[in-house]
Amino acid sequence: MANKIRVATTSLAGCFGCHMSFLDLDERLVPLADLVEFNRSPITDIKHCAPCDIGLIEGGVCNAENVHVLREFRNNCKILVAVGACSINGGLPAMRNSVPLEECLREAYLDGIGVENPMIPNDPELPLLLNKVHPIHEVVKIDYSLPGCPPSADVFWKFLTDLIAGKEPGLDYDLVHYD
Amino acid sequence: MTEKHITIDGQTVPFTEGQTIMEAATAAGVYIPHLCHHPDFTPQGSCKLCTVNVNGRNLASCTFPAVDGQQICNNTEQLNADRKRLTQMLFVEGNHFCPSCEKSGNCQLQAVGYHLNMLDNHYPHFFALRKVDSSHPQLLLDHNRCIFCALCVRASHADGKDVFGIAGRGMNKHLVVNSSTGKLADSDISVSDKAAHICPTGAILVKGTAFKIPIGQRKFDHHDIDEAGLGEQHGE
Ligand code: SF4
Ligand code: SF4
Ligand code: FES
Repeated sequence: MANKIRVATTSLAGCFGCHMSFLDLDERLVPLADLVEFNRSPITDIKHCAPCDIGLIEGGVCNAENVHVLREFRNNCKILVAVGACSINGGLPAMRNSVPLEECLREAYLDGIGVENPMIPNDPELPLLLNKVHPIHEVVKIDYSLPGCPPSADVFWKFLTDLIAGKEPGLDYDLVHYD
Repeated sequence: MTEKHITIDGQTVPFTEGQTIMEAATAAGVYIPHLCHHPDFTPQGSCKLCTVNVNGRNLASCTFPAVDGQQICNNTEQLNADRKRLTQMLFVEGNHFCPSCEKSGNCQLQAVGYHLNMLDNHYPHFFALRKVDSSHPQLLLDHNRCIFCALCVRASHADGKDVFGIAGRGMNKHLVVNSSTGKLADSDISVSDKAAHICPTGAILVKGTAFKIPIGQRKFDHHDIDEAGLGEQHGE
């Protein structure tokens, strides 16, 4: 089919649970694949966004690289979607926000139980952590949000089929969960 | 005595003298979103979620008396949009991580979000620094989830005690516990108190009961809080 709808996806400070839930579309992935093609995504391993119709962002921003990736998506995607609790409110990673960053790193890499070779990772290739984890709407404009931890496959299906059909996407009561 | 009526969204609702609009509506099975209201306690009118339009003016229905002939708008697009913004403010003011909250699915704050089809939090998050008080052997007090509805304050008074209070204003508003250390363990609360079961959110929880009903099978997982009776099932 010509002119398939182009979709990009990424996981920032997330656990890939939203991507796994997306894959729970199971056999519905087959008809979906007739309508959409994937660009930058862990599914394709394409590393940078081409211009896309829809960008699905899992996870909040916890480091400098997350911010760059998020901006790349915003610059290339006509419709940018916050997928899952972490992208919407920071989610579980944001629970570190009540602990100063230095204390987090100390606990994880120096003083924690069972730590061997205590050392705070400092390879120049590692993106620098932000002081706090932020939801993505604090960094770029977001067009739609799909709540849930993760949103169910039915949420993805309803949202994408609405969009593809040219309808304003909507989620009924049973599809809205914050957990 | 001739029966007196108000009209809510075109529906005729009878009331008796002295009832608030909320009380008349509840008796007639009309749901008005609310969080700081509970039928057993004196209304305090702080959350403003129950705002309705009465003869052209916006008023808190939990505190405003029903008066014969009032024309009231409740379930309108504009009022629900305002309510959604108020609810979003409550979410960003505290720290509400529903996936890790024992109350999820039974929480009225969350249920109001679901009812209003609230899909995001709209505002930047405060990530306010708030504490968890796990000192009490049977009760947990997680300040991160407190919305200052003061229901625990009122319930504790009804218990004949004075365990909770709201202190500070604006950004500095916080829930305080009446004990020498400020800890719940040192207060005279008991697990059988009304105050231990009244919290509409996951701020006050009875330990050891949190996962009796699995996530996914809870009250608001499949039922809108506006369904008959659900709006009045507070606490556990
Ligand atoms: S108190 Fe309610 S809204 Fe807050 S985290 Fe718990 S379930 Fe979510
Ligand atoms: S602890 Fe619960 S009942 Fe008490 S003020 Fe906070 S939200 Fe309301
Ligand atoms: S329920 Fe009326 S102001 Fe809160």
